[in-house]
Amino acid sequence: MSSILSISNLSKTYDSGFQALKAVNLEIERGELFALLGPNGAGKTTLISIICGIVTASSGKVTVDGHDIVRDFRAARSMIGLVPQELTTDAFETVWDTVNFSRGLFGKGKNPDLVERVLRDLSLWDKKDNRLMTLSGGMKRRVLIAKALAHEPRLLFLDEPTAGVDVELRRDMWRVVRRLQETGVTIILTTHYIEEAEDLADRVGVINKGEIILVENKAELMHKLGRKQLTLHLAEPITAIPDALAEHQLELNASGEALVYTYDTRGERTGITALLQDIHAAGIRFRDLNTKQSSLEEIFVDLVKAPS
Amino acid sequence: MNLYAISAIYRFEMARTGRTLFQSIISPVISTSLYFVVFGAAIGSRISEVDGVSYGAFIVPGLIMLSLLTQSLSNASFGIYFPRFTGTIYEVLSAPVSYLEIVIAYVGAAATKSIIVGLIILATAGLFVPLEIQHPLWMLLFLVLTSVTFALFGFIIGIWAGNFEQLQLVPLLIVTPLAFLGGSFYSISMLPPAWQTVTLFNPVVYLISGFRWSFYGMADVGVGVSLAMTLLFLAICIAIVAWIFKTGYRLKS
Repeated sequence: MSSILSISNLSKTYDSGFQALKAVNLEIERGELFALLGPNGAGKTTLISIICGIVTASSGKVTVDGHDIVRDFRAARSMIGLVPQELTTDAFETVWDTVNFSRGLFGKGKNPDLVERVLRDLSLWDKKDNRLMTLSGGMKRRVLIAKALAHEPRLLFLDEPTAGVDVELRRDMWRVVRRLQETGVTIILTTHYIEEAEDLADRVGVINKGEIILVENKAELMHKLGRKQLTLHLAEPITAIPDALAEHQLELNASGEALVYTYDTRGERTGITALLQDIHAAGIRFRDLNTKQSSLEEIFVDLVKAPS
Repeated sequence: MNLYAISAIYRFEMARTGRTLFQSIISPVISTSLYFVVFGAAIGSRISEVDGVSYGAFIVPGLIMLSLLTQSLSNASFGIYFPRFTGTIYEVLSAPVSYLEIVIAYVGAAATKSIIVGLIILATAGLFVPLEIQHPLWMLLFLVLTSVTFALFGFIIGIWAGNFEQLQLVPLLIVTPLAFLGGSFYSISMLPPAWQTVTLFNPVVYLISGFRWSFYGMADVGVGVSLAMTLLFLAICIAIVAWIFKTGYRLKS
């Protein structure tokens, strides 16, 4: 797959002196769903804002489908749709008018059929004549998505689209996002809900303190960085881990009823066989066991907490 | 040229006028009518003619200009400030729209509204006093140039303003006094010589004088000077707007 978005050495220092981005390099492949994760203030929104033309970069270069975002801004921006993080809508416009406004703004003539389809996909059709100020927060979020889709973008930025949205609506949005991806739209998603990225993304990028610290295929990332935990539920509680088991670096839970063994899935030997033999030799009996794969959330927390 | 975008912004702004019909159109008509009642009928009947023109008719160009200035300014400043305030400006900034197109759309809409208001006031004035327009094309030229210039000025204020108070500050403290002291209700020849010289530093004098000349063929300063000063003010506003967009002042961080 070829890149639809190419970012090279992109830096941004605000007038206050805060360096929001530090020589960011990133390639986004055509048609993929890329999840950009990062804690608050990591630089996610600044990165998106520069690409979309809302913030001026201090240095570096960005191209969208080969079009430079500064020199050839018309061609570049025509391909981009942006759903901003904040619920910024007009108050007095109707849903229908505001979505058509967005289409016109992006240089497209009227297409009522397309706008109707977008509104129906987002369950907004019955609200089309409602003024925006009468809508709930979740509905306004849908309107922002509809506005971003009104000009048929090929590259869609969803900047925390499900923040403050209830579970049902979130699932609706995921459905829409998947359907968009099926039509060939490239999607870049920033989110605080790691399960969203885990569920939707093809690749995951992690940004922290203005630097991209990791870009990886999601499955590979979980495989590479994923840890597993084996929990042994003991037949009888113990007060301390026997010395004979010290080399396995086990953890004993607070009630003394379970031993937890953490191992690396990448290793050729997980050490489970030796552990079980040593436990048997130590005379400890267990009544049950289970294993658990670490989630993307745990991986993310480990990454951003790691000393740089 | 992204004509669809210009049209979208222009229609959006004009729709705002439709939604706020009272505030946008009816309110200035009512206030102007009150001026005619007070200055034209009540006080004007006791004031002698000015250069052969009844006082009621004399103040018509000044009153239209007064509304034109304030309407152009407030429409344009509010038009660009409100999306900045609500955050919806993100959409305009991220759209494939050039700065020139943004200015044409916002300033064009503000100027259109103020011209409509000006023409309505002119029609309203016709109900109170007999009107004559000796140079209708010049009148339209001054009407358009002034509304565009002050819409540009309003656009600058709308971008500069950090809050609603600042948005009102320039129109209230600078433009309205300049308009009142610029000869809306009197000929500057009525002032003592020293004040006449001071008044010539007021740019509104040239707008009103030129506009009044297009009605009655009488002016405080030559019509060529009026036109030149109007164009100079227009050029200054264009230069400031160009600088704003070049630097992203208060629009982009």
